[in-house]
Amino acid sequence: MNDNGAAVLPSKTEPSRTELDSLVSLEIEQELDSAFSKMEVNNLNLYYGEFHALKDVSLSFPKNEVTALIGPSGCGKSTLLKTLNRMNDLVVGCRVDGKITLDGEDAYRDISVNDLRRRVGMVFQQPNPFPMSVYDNIAFGPRTHGIKKHADLDEIVEQSLRRAAIWDELKDRLKKSALGLSGGQQQRLCIARALAVQPEVLLLDESTSALDPISTAKIEELVSELKNDYTVIMVTHNMMQALRVSDKTAFFLLGDMVEFGNTDELFTNPVDPRTADYVSGRFG
Amino acid sequence: MRPASVKEAAAKIMFAAAATISILAVALICVFLFANGVPAIAEIGLPEFLLGTTWKPNSGMYGIFPMIVGSIYVTAGAIIIGVPAGVACAIFLSRFASGKVASVLVPGIELLAGIPSVVYGFFGLMLVVPFIRNTMPSRGLSLLAAAFILGIMILPTIITVSKSALDAVPSKYYEGALALGATHERSVFRVLVPAAVSGIMAAIVLGVGRAIGETMAVVMVAGNQPIIPTSIFEGVRTMTSNIVLEMGYAADLHRGALIATGVVLFVFIMLITALFNAIKKNEVSR
Repeated sequence: MNDNGAAVLPSKTEPSRTELDSLVSLEIEQELDSAFSKMEVNNLNLYYGEFHALKDVSLSFPKNEVTALIGPSGCGKSTLLKTLNRMNDLVVGCRVDGKITLDGEDAYRDISVNDLRRRVGMVFQQPNPFPMSVYDNIAFGPRTHGIKKHADLDEIVEQSLRRAAIWDELKDRLKKSALGLSGGQQQRLCIARALAVQPEVLLLDESTSALDPISTAKIEELVSELKNDYTVIMVTHNMMQALRVSDKTAFFLLGDMVEFGNTDELFTNPVDPRTADYVSGRFG
Repeated sequence: MRPASVKEAAAKIMFAAAATISILAVALICVFLFANGVPAIAEIGLPEFLLGTTWKPNSGMYGIFPMIVGSIYVTAGAIIIGVPAGVACAIFLSRFASGKVASVLVPGIELLAGIPSVVYGFFGLMLVVPFIRNTMPSRGLSLLAAAFILGIMILPTIITVSKSALDAVPSKYYEGALALGATHERSVFRVLVPAAVSGIMAAIVLGVGRAIGETMAVVMVAGNQPIIPTSIFEGVRTMTSNIVLEMGYAADLHRGALIATGVVLFVFIMLITALFNAIKKNEVSR
């Protein structure tokens, strides 16, 4: 890592006279890097049919930090997020090139897709609780992964709801339909549902954009707490939100990652003029 | 009046007339049934008519209980045979079949709906009845044969209505389940199917309505003995069969009793329609 925190990508040096030394140091550097980074994206190119949606994107998501992906609509930030848990597999004509790793394992080859999605949880833009009870919503994931005992499920449900800071609101209506909750409650229920399968990474896809300011504030507060236990990656349209919540920010434009660095620096002292224009609100 | 508004008024009257004709038809059928059926029921006596187990018009005994039971048995059998197959087929078409497979199957199912019921009856008589006669201790013309044929006949209704209910489940539920690490199968059977369950129930109720009203195919394969069957291999007579078999020569009270059978059938259909509407209303309000 360099001093502004941006990840240094392993440069493609040809083995030379000092090959041994440089290779060894490169390896150490890589190892150090992966000790701090939970997920890495290397030279990712993504196409929707003929459309080149992500262009040679490389970045690493540090463990136990919140990384925000920002940029105007259609810049590829949501596409990148959906690539991290392979939800893009559902899109017909989507082709992915490059490498994505989770704890050093290739997310597309070494890990089964269902296991990847358990380890990399996702909360969607629109709250999408299942049309069943609050309890069954939370228990769906654990049951999927083989937990059957009532006592275990009860505990997971309570813990997950507590972690999502919604236990007190919902403890008396666990058997009621989740569709009767408010939008903000539904979204926190979805966060709890994602946490119930004990993920390592949590992806938030504009998860507050459909919510009112008070619900948004609650979720932002929650995200700041969740990063102690999870690596959080969030897409947001709201730059103030990125500034409030995230540690790292990546700025995307037309499929390119323009800039990636510490959130404070990216917002106050951006390197690229396009970033400067965007964060100062001149376009987007 | 301007020419445009004259045209408009004329169109309005035309459409109103068309709507009135269909309503009028329902009302007239209703009036005819009850006007002719109710006096007959009164003459026979309601308990004797509904609960009497002997149907012997020559001896003046008009108990339609065996036919009510027959209709219920045949319909239940059709549901037992048709619903699992139909719902499974709908799930397959909605969530598993590729576009190519679906583009072959869907027109096939629509064709199934268009086959005249006499052809179903013929199919039953030539294939199903002999099969039952040769493999079971039965004459072949039986409750089982009727239920089997009806089970096939209600498939298109159950498949199309269930499939549209499944297609209407928002994809966000499916994606939400996948994002938790669930397989495609688990997402479909544990999230999508439960979400579509009221639509599937509506499909089953429509199937019941179709089965209970079916006549021709049933008459051809059911045996038509007006007695309560004690096994699925015995013959059975439904309310519809009862009417169609005897209406040609019936007179006086016999004729009235047959129309009264129609009244009972009509009440059954009204109950089923009410149930269907209740399910649909429940779905909307959810």
